[in-house]
Amino acid sequence: MSAPAGAIALHGLTLGYDRHPAVHHLDGTIRPGALLALVGPNGAGKSTLLKGIVGEVPCLDGRIDRPDLAGAIAYLPQSAEIDRGFPLRVLDLVAMGLWRRIGPWRRAAPYRDRLIEALGLVGLVGFEDRPIGTLSGGQFQRALFARLIVQDARVILLDEPFTGVDGRTSADLLRLIGAWHGQGRTIVAALHDLAQVRGHFPETLLLAREPVAWGPTEAVLSPRNLARAQTLSEAWDEDAAICGRAAGETPHAHSHAHGPGHDHPHHHGPAQPHDHRDAP
Amino acid sequence: MTAILIDGLFGPFLEFGFMRRALVGCLALSLSAPPVGVFLMLRRMSLMSDAMSHAVLPGAAIGFLVAGLSLPAMTLGGLVAGLAVALLAGAVTRSTLIKEDASLAAFYLISLAAGVVLISLRGSQIDLLHILFGTVLALDDPALLLLGGIATITLFGLAALYRPLVMECVDPLFLRTVSRAGGPVHYAFLGLVVLNLVGGFQALGTLLAVGLMLLPAITARFWARDLGGMIPVSVACAMGASVLGLTLSYRADLPTGPAIVLAAGALYLLSMLFGPQGGLVRRFVRARHLEG
Repeated sequence: MSAPAGAIALHGLTLGYDRHPAVHHLDGTIRPGALLALVGPNGAGKSTLLKGIVGEVPCLDGRIDRPDLAGAIAYLPQSAEIDRGFPLRVLDLVAMGLWRRIGPWRRAAPYRDRLIEALGLVGLVGFEDRPIGTLSGGQFQRALFARLIVQDARVILLDEPFTGVDGRTSADLLRLIGAWHGQGRTIVAALHDLAQVRGHFPETLLLAREPVAWGPTEAVLSPRNLARAQTLSEAWDEDAAICGRAAGETPHAHSHAHGPGHDHPHHHGPAQPHDHRDAP
Repeated sequence: MTAILIDGLFGPFLEFGFMRRALVGCLALSLSAPPVGVFLMLRRMSLMSDAMSHAVLPGAAIGFLVAGLSLPAMTLGGLVAGLAVALLAGAVTRSTLIKEDASLAAFYLISLAAGVVLISLRGSQIDLLHILFGTVLALDDPALLLLGGIATITLFGLAALYRPLVMECVDPLFLRTVSRAGGPVHYAFLGLVVLNLVGGFQALGTLLAVGLMLLPAITARFWARDLGGMIPVSVACAMGASVLGLTLSYRADLPTGPAIVLAAGALYLLSMLFGPQGGLVRRFVRARHLEG
């Protein structure tokens, strides 16, 4: 199976932290120009998958084929991870998106028009000299989208971009995502609001640690699939699971029995005994 | 009136060569240490730099054991020890469950105790006092050249690191996704920190080395809104504290290093009260206006 150029191909992908897998055995291709929503219950591995694609979380097993263009992927994490107390102007925050073009030493001044234009596109006209600490949650998210515009990447990954953002802001930003889609960019967004997904995203991956369904949004978000995702993620024991196969465990570690409440309802392919042992 | 004030402030420097040397040394330190301090503060590493300053001590002490009160030996020893502890603490944090502040606290206690023991092996109480509290009034030519050199390297270094360093502070994850510069930048910055601690160690001694680094930086936060303003304000504040502290120590016969740090501390307290960016008085007045 060869993926088209510019696609992101996932091959038997298992991602996790400290050998605790958070995403299991995921296969598929995000084709170039896709507008893909990542949906699933809390802890389903949506953020982990996005972090895996940018290389923040190591692959425990399998691999990801990314487009090998430098700076081809732009990634917007959940905004809680950014230090908003830092004395920085909004324009400087947006100018970070220029890194691929100007690196550590070249001047940003020649790009000022482009930065102002990006701020205009997200509705932050006149905000360029405001410190980032004075922005509201929605305004800050708009500024981060302006940075994405300036980054001008072919692939854009968004991790819950509309959490804590009012309706008008999300509507504006969704329009922006639509425009990016029109320009042929690949967009993957982790989302909670199913109405938003149905309204704006033609393709959906429903995730509950392992893929539940991946395809056209209407088919994926069927009541049956959603119920199954809920059951899968509830059945998962957060602390206990250590993926034996992924970490190359020796057989003796496999002999521990599961407790009665630790029924893991997932399957890992035929003829591949795949055990979990309870963590101490 | 102004003539008296000027004479009061600058008279000692006109009169005595050792005061001029002390002033030059402190001004050089004031150029380099506060900008580093600004970044330390913004990265929430203020206490970490304090810990690192103590880590310089055993290295300097070993230099002292080998060569007596010799500047090059103690400087080299201090540099090596400071860098080693900074790297070790980072490595311990990454490979064990201990958080960075805890591992630094452990390292700094060990180094401070080891340093004091090492110096006491050979030196007198006076030597120990010199090393702990500095000898700013006895700066010789090599020491001044060292402080000048450190200031030069620091300013050029910060200029080169500025953009990735700011990005590392604000949004390290973003920097990681666009560049691999984050790690090298972090270590280069730690190198500059250690360099300035060694410089501060010459002038203010190991216990107060961070005084001219952190106090002016924290003070600047009350006066400037963004980084471009905070750095010059912090430098100006450190220079003012140097002049004030030196004069004060001359007039009132106070120990010099602590006098300089106290002057910086006084500027900090005044700024905390009257600074336009979140100063207490202003906040209080604002609140009354809003209520009325």
